[in-house]
Amino acid sequence: MVDVTPADAVPPAEVGEVELYHPHSWWTKYVFSQDAKVIAVQYSATATAIGLVALVLSWLMRLQLGFPGTFDFITPEAYYQFITMHGMIMVIYLLTALFLGGFGNYLIPLMVGARDMVFPYVNMLSYWVYLLAVLVLVSSFFAPGGPTGAGWTLYPPQAIMTGTPGGQDWGIILMLSSLILFIIGFTMGGLNYVVTVLQGRTRGMTLMRLPLTVWGIFTATVMALLAFPALFVACVMMLLDRVLGTSFFMPAIVEMGTQLQHNGGSPILFQHLFWFFGHPEVYIVALPAFGIVSDLISTHARKNIFGYRMMVWAIIAIGALSFVVWAHHMYVSGMHPYFGFFFATTTLIIAVPTAIKVYNWVLTLWRGDIHLTIPMLFALAFIVTFVNGGLTGLFLGNVVVDVPLSDTMFVVAHFHMVMGVAPILVIFGAIYHWYPKVTGRMLDETLGKFHFWVTFLGAYLIFFPMHYLGLMGIPRRYAELTDMTIMTESAHHLNSFISIMAFIVGFAQMVFLFNLIWSIRHGREAGGNPWRATTLEWQTPETPPAHGNFGKELPIVYRWAYDYSVPGAKEDFIPQNVPGDFAPSREPA
Amino acid sequence: MAETTMTHTSQMEPRPAGWRGIAADWASDQRAFKNVSWGKAMMWIFLLSDTFIFGCFLLSYMTARISTRVPWPNPSEVFALRIGGSEIPLILIAIMTFVLISSSGTMAMAVNFGYRRDRRKTAILMLLTAALGATFVGMQAFEWTKLITEGVRPWGNPWGAAQFGSCFFMITGFHGTHVTIGVIFLIIVARKVWRGDFDTGRPGYFTSRRGRYENVEIMGLYWHFVDLVWVFIFAFFYLW
Repeated sequence: MVDVTPADAVPPAEVGEVELYHPHSWWTKYVFSQDAKVIAVQYSATATAIGLVALVLSWLMRLQLGFPGTFDFITPEAYYQFITMHGMIMVIYLLTALFLGGFGNYLIPLMVGARDMVFPYVNMLSYWVYLLAVLVLVSSFFAPGGPTGAGWTLYPPQAIMTGTPGGQDWGIILMLSSLILFIIGFTMGGLNYVVTVLQGRTRGMTLMRLPLTVWGIFTATVMALLAFPALFVACVMMLLDRVLGTSFFMPAIVEMGTQLQHNGGSPILFQHLFWFFGHPEVYIVALPAFGIVSDLISTHARKNIFGYRMMVWAIIAIGALSFVVWAHHMYVSGMHPYFGFFFATTTLIIAVPTAIKVYNWVLTLWRGDIHLTIPMLFALAFIVTFVNGGLTGLFLGNVVVDVPLSDTMFVVAHFHMVMGVAPILVIFGAIYHWYPKVTGRMLDETLGKFHFWVTFLGAYLIFFPMHYLGLMGIPRRYAELTDMTIMTESAHHLNSFISIMAFIVGFAQMVFLFNLIWSIRHGREAGGNPWRATTLEWQTPETPPAHGNFGKELPIVYRWAYDYSVPGAKEDFIPQNVPGDFAPSREPA
Repeated sequence: MAETTMTHTSQMEPRPAGWRGIAADWASDQRAFKNVSWGKAMMWIFLLSDTFIFGCFLLSYMTARISTRVPWPNPSEVFALRIGGSEIPLILIAIMTFVLISSSGTMAMAVNFGYRRDRRKTAILMLLTAALGATFVGMQAFEWTKLITEGVRPWGNPWGAAQFGSCFFMITGFHGTHVTIGVIFLIIVARKVWRGDFDTGRPGYFTSRRGRYENVEIMGLYWHFVDLVWVFIFAFFYLW
């Protein structure tokens, strides 16, 4: 058995309390609130709302792909607009905003034992700028020419040319403006998350006692603060190309028989800037998911996380490595082949810390007291899905394999598995897990089970066949596939099948939404700590936590976050704020 | 905000040597940087992020410049001024750089007097810094006007690569915006110093947090950063 060591002594408080902003009215309490918990709910609600738009767009795309020629209103232009907005919304406005703005805001102060974020006013501004970014994005649907149809990567030169929907209308301008706003808003929030974790922890909370959720969100935020600048610069430059007629990204080019004024720009430069942001972005979404799922597994398997320190270092290593792999998205861009060699190597190296994490999750489950609660179901589904998507990533990381598979449905299947379905599964698991803390009531379990099984199995039925389509050579981003010789009849059937599945899975999300709303009033009373978890957010005096989170005294942390099933302890969990004298600990020395 | 700095760090236990010690120090109780307040930490991290923005701008400019197939306009001729009948290369930029670097000096003095609780001198030096910053922006406006009258546009210029004008206006414009924002905040903080907000503990209008003289230093961090960025722009754009 593992050595049982008493928890460390805790130094006396070295920092006094900081005055909180106290709301004076209904407006400052619920609307222009500076409380991170309210901001978190605002972020989450906005992200979910815009995410629903993206869900509907994916249905429209599937209508066209599954039943080509049936729906007249889906023109090729409209199809491109759907595809672009679906991708952009899902990656940035839903996943990034929900993980960092939503879960980050709610969980960081509670988990590190702080009263709030360090600068609540700036934190509030962050949400309102984000909302503005979303509104600008939505406005492009109603602008002349509609939203941009350049693909979520917005590659120039096509993104700002006549043939692309929105290229010479308002679409691309609103898209770029919205991204710039998003980055400004995110920076205000992100600075708060980072400083709160680094400088705002409660007594006894060393970095190596942080729950992995906080580690994941923290590292992802640091990455975002360093990666979004590249996107910011790319957006500014493309906006200048489009509005002022500069030639940063635009080479000399003939458009529909006319020579354009542009001259001498480099489209590849945009790709480098975009992917210097774009690849870290994958991990900005994945790392919070890694962190959250570690806590879900540990809590619901009643066992300490296996290899906590390795988990932390793996998160940091993945974060650092993800800045030197970006050009694996550009193997077919015409860059020097030696670059491909370098970036393929770094890409495959990332598999090492990632594999460490997967092994540690599995070893945490090993001989654990596994409770198949809904958060646990989603966590298990995540592991399976992530391994699946990760393995196809090894295929695509190799230049020789990537070149023939590039721009086929195989790529679509890969990134939907690894950064679409997998993080979304964690988001669902996390919502089922923390909803009782946010509302004081449990989500309905029967509806939850239905939601889980349909979503999990359905996602596989949607994206697994796409691998086969991709290996057949079916290209992605084509609105019309009917006349292609490689598009066999069986491939058509497969496409129709995928579309039907997409509708079923989408319907299951409506059930989930209903559950979310219905349970606020009618859910079972949860109590303060329904999962019998150790982390600080479950130890608050009130549920939902009141303004200031922890009542009069901030909690003092005596142990790590994973004291589950400690031999000799009365219960199978020991909260972080229980002193070492009262219970043993399994914290690694 | 005085409460957000740790004063007694004597509680720190002995650490293991080497890398383990470094990791243990960083990961230690309550805060990673012991004597750094929240505001200062936040400014440093913001500046790190902003460095990446300027870095991307400058790298993009360098990419454009080394990959262009038409001649790049010669900076010593383009940025020359005719004074007293002779063309003096880079004279305006030299003066602008001098002004901005001097403003860093006055800013550093303001920080010093701030910590000595000398309200009057701090406020005056901050306003002087703001005035020098405004002078810089004014001279930049003059430079822009001169180039525009000579036919330089974001999309082209009479002497060579079109990217010359686009990079010039974009990068100096972005930097000038930073200086302008700095001037505005210098004036705001100087007013607070003058009024004695940091002595009386008057809460901020928006944030309802009490400020303190460290705010002058945090303001200074931003200002020195903007100066430092200018040195790089100067080197890569004008001297290259």
